[in-house]
Amino acid sequence: MTERRNPEGTTGEEAMAGAIGAGSPEDIGQSTHAASDSIQQTVGAARPESGSYMFPAFDAHHPPDKDLIDDCVHCGFCLPTCPTYVLFGEEMDSPRGRIYLMNKGLTEEPMNDEMVRHWDLCLGCMACVTACPSGVQYDKLIESTRQQVERRYERRADDKVFREMIFQFFPYPNRLRAVAAPMRLYQRFGIGDKLRRAGIMQRIPARMRAMEALLPDLPKEEKIPDLTGPLGEMRRRVGVLTGCVQRVFFSPVNAATVRVLAAEGCEVVAPKQGCCGALSTHAGREEESLDFARKTIETFDDLNLDNVIVNAAGCGSTMKEYGYLLRDDPEYAERAKAFSAKVRDVSEFLQELGPVAERNPLPVTAAYHDACHLAHAQGIRRQPRQTLKQIPGMDVKEIREAEICCGSAGIYNMIEPEPAAELGERKANNILKTGAQIIVTSNPGCMLQIQSSLKKMGRDGLPMAHPVEVLDASLRGDPVETLLDK
Amino acid sequence: MDRGQLIETMQEILGPEGVIHEREQLRTYECDGLMNYRVIPDLVVLPESAEQVQQIVQTCYDEGIPFVARGSGTGLSGGALPVESGVLIVLTRMRRILEVDIPNGRVVVEPGVINIWVSQEVADEGYYYAPDPASQIVSSIGGNLAENSGGVHCLKYGFTTNHVMGAEVVLADGSVVHIGGGKAPDAPGYELLGAFVGSEGTLGIATKITLRILRKPEAVRTLLAAFKDTEEAGGAVSGIIGGGIVPAAIEMMDALTIEAVEKQVSPGFPEAGAILIVELDGPEAEVANQFDQVIKVCEENDASEIRIAEDDEERALFWKGRKAAFGAMGSISNDYYVQDGVVPRTELGAVLKKIADLSEEYDLRVANVFHAGDGNLHPLVLYDNDTPGEADKAEELAGEIVFACLEHGGSLTGEHGIGRDKMKYMPQMFTADDMDVMQLLRCAFDPHRICNPGKIFPTPRLCGERPGPFHMHPVQKAGLAENF
Ligand SMILES: Cc1cc2nc3c(=O)[nH]c(=O)nc-3n(C[C@H](O)[C@H](O)[C@H](O)COP(=O)(O)OP(=O)(O)OC[C@H]3O[C@@H](n4cnc5c(N)ncnc54)[C@H](O)[C@@H]3O)c2cc1C
Ligand code: SF4
Ligand code: SF4
Repeated sequence: MTERRNPEGTTGEEAMAGAIGAGSPEDIGQSTHAASDSIQQTVGAARPESGSYMFPAFDAHHPPDKDLIDDCVHCGFCLPTCPTYVLFGEEMDSPRGRIYLMNKGLTEEPMNDEMVRHWDLCLGCMACVTACPSGVQYDKLIESTRQQVERRYERRADDKVFREMIFQFFPYPNRLRAVAAPMRLYQRFGIGDKLRRAGIMQRIPARMRAMEALLPDLPKEEKIPDLTGPLGEMRRRVGVLTGCVQRVFFSPVNAATVRVLAAEGCEVVAPKQGCCGALSTHAGREEESLDFARKTIETFDDLNLDNVIVNAAGCGSTMKEYGYLLRDDPEYAERAKAFSAKVRDVSEFLQELGPVAERNPLPVTAAYHDACHLAHAQGIRRQPRQTLKQIPGMDVKEIREAEICCGSAGIYNMIEPEPAAELGERKANNILKTGAQIIVTSNPGCMLQIQSSLKKMGRDGLPMAHPVEVLDASLRGDPVETLLDK
Repeated sequence: MDRGQLIETMQEILGPEGVIHEREQLRTYECDGLMNYRVIPDLVVLPESAEQVQQIVQTCYDEGIPFVARGSGTGLSGGALPVESGVLIVLTRMRRILEVDIPNGRVVVEPGVINIWVSQEVADEGYYYAPDPASQIVSSIGGNLAENSGGVHCLKYGFTTNHVMGAEVVLADGSVVHIGGGKAPDAPGYELLGAFVGSEGTLGIATKITLRILRKPEAVRTLLAAFKDTEEAGGAVSGIIGGGIVPAAIEMMDALTIEAVEKQVSPGFPEAGAILIVELDGPEAEVANQFDQVIKVCEENDASEIRIAEDDEERALFWKGRKAAFGAMGSISNDYYVQDGVVPRTELGAVLKKIADLSEEYDLRVANVFHAGDGNLHPLVLYDNDTPGEADKAEELAGEIVFACLEHGGSLTGEHGIGRDKMKYMPQMFTADDMDVMQLLRCAFDPHRICNPGKIFPTPRLCGERPGPFHMHPVQKAGLAENF
């Protein structure tokens, strides 16, 4: 028997796509547009500078590891999936360039505006980790670099204040909730729109506007019980992370997570908890992030759990790293390692466990969006798709350029609004091209980002859901409309 | 014109976002895919159109400033290595596909377009762009053209030069010329396109390139065969080609390469002294028939295992292993040096033996991964830069390998070019007269030697070649004389 080449592309392309970890050749970033406006943020003139100068660039406390840097053979295979390279088309804003700058920082160059700018512009999406044929651990490199930046680089006053403000709110559900109430009113009365119409909004700095545009419609917060018993025979006892942003803005996702886990035979514990520290970790706020990590370990450690389940990609990837983060802490190092080994993304866990509960049909076309911290950072691509495909009637569409970040990236879309907006629009366009009726993704940040991008494009009608919400609807036998009318 | 004025002039042409001049930023451009040579350029410019390239080159010409073109910077011979006090013209923002002309089988692109985008663009129509260097997901068409890049399918389909129909080029004096044909396949006059392809950026900068695209073959079949050693695998290669079959690709990997690849991308290759990947494509009946012959030849040469790709997924896995080979070396060695030599196919066995001996002599590991069909070797010399002296030793060993190729009637480079890295070996292969003739051609395009100087030729002799930045004679500047 002789095979034919499949119509979507030559097999050579498929192989190449595979070689960089992309699902299909269409996943590889392709920009046929000329350089964009946000280019002004990098080589251009628009970026304010602080003039801070530090030589050598790094101190002795965890500088980017020379051995890890040396794994980079400068082949450039990571360039085309790096979102900032796709936008700017220059070397400093590519993984290869950023690693090169780290290397130079070790001995030859100072930490100054030029160096920090390009590290700051990195989304931490880890597409480069997937793409690299040489196994470069960029995640560890950028993490230690960011810690050094936070310690040694003096940011401009306004930049500092803005970042501080973010970290005073986002990791704390109570504070977030406190500001969420006025936000609800704000939304109800369309204050943002009125300000915009009056031209006032335009005068507020880009970052504040970006933050405002990200505000989702606030659902009424669904509380979840401290303990939920399994339906039928108990298969596992698990804890769930309820998160900060997730809890305040997407509490229905948490509720669905608990119901789904219970339906699949889990006893679910939801202890009172704080932030897991993901946002702080990714921003290089070392002490703060380690505190959060220790507290999270304390919260779950004595509960006699088989696994700790996370439904937010960014949180999961950080919690799986606790063992590494706390490696220097004699009291916690071992505990952290053991804890990390128990952490599972909810889709990953459901597939590991195997489905038992009966799935009711949901005839709907969904576009599945890979959250970077799930696909690139945790290598979880198959499981969420499988979770969806196990539901009778579901048609799961792939999104072109799946490898490329939507621009959300933790707090990135608030502090680097220009490139984030361009990436968001690019992603939204690719999603719309699938013709799907609903967007499914596993990270609250992506949801906010995609929602606000669609809104800007006048397409905010498109519903969005987390895979567990879809599964929950199927398990409960809800009609498709309950999902689509969300 | 001092540096400040030059920056200003370039910013006028390109806007502030098109000119990189801070030291730290410039450093990321100090080397290409080959990290052994580093030079910090004076300026990096990022044009977005052919007009801007023309203006940049014109400025350089008027001021006597040397310039170097750069695509994606994956070159392995230091071709895009900047020159001191020179301008690096980076074409990565010129990435538009300008025209797709299916009926005439051609696509017109800007030079920064990535190789694989071309195939993606025409895939729905059942077409593809044949040259497929392992770097095809990142290397640019401009770079491919300058290096005359080839890939695993070049045995049957030829190198880049066989797939370029024409180009718009900005010459060193700022003039814009079109070389090669338009829509018609052939043009009268000298075949300048042939000279330009593979010129490694020394004859001008391509700003628009017309490529030939091909219909996808009706059928394709791939197998992987494991052998005791490279000699037996080599026997199979000779058997297949001697039997009158021209495979689309025939690739060999030795044990060390297999180890690295397994470690990095785990394609599940069998443990073996050597692996061959053979791919056939073409009309269905022909492929089916020849595929059986290939299996037979492998068996006759004592293949310990033959795996046939059952579907696209399995084929992709075979190729994934092969194409990740260079990069995967990072997992078994801190540094590596890619050598690229060609030998007549019949000499493969002897040269491989020589490489093994050299490896032992120098006490450095050498991994072999190569296009076996056309005798294009890629020995990878593994070393550790942090061990004093080892880099030099590796370079010396790589040199010895080149000499071995030449001794056996081969060539200095198969597809990675001479660039900066191999120019010192040119006299081993060519006589002074040979090189004079080549330089005369170069002078015709670039009399002032400002276009990627210091590459290819080890001993510049003609057209005022001298080290350092070029300065135009005042008489010349005044337009009183064209050239000295
Ligand atoms: C892992 C790896 C695998 C590789 N595999 C292969 C392979 O299988 N086959 C192969 O042939 N090569 C291979 N290469 C080498 C390299 O990818 C090719 O030489 C490629 O064509 C270079 O393209 P580039 O865009 O990176 O060019 P660059 O490296 O940026 O430049 C290469 C040369 O082209 C010149 N140049 C660039 N653009 C232009 C232009 N528009 N006009 C005129 N001159 C220009 C530059 O001055 C320079 O001399 C590999 C490299 C790596 C790192
Ligand atoms: S993490 Fe993402 S944005 Fe940062 S260098 Fe890697 S690919 Fe680029
Ligand atoms: S990070 Fe990996 S893919 Fe990127 S240049 Fe380095 S080795 Fe190549």
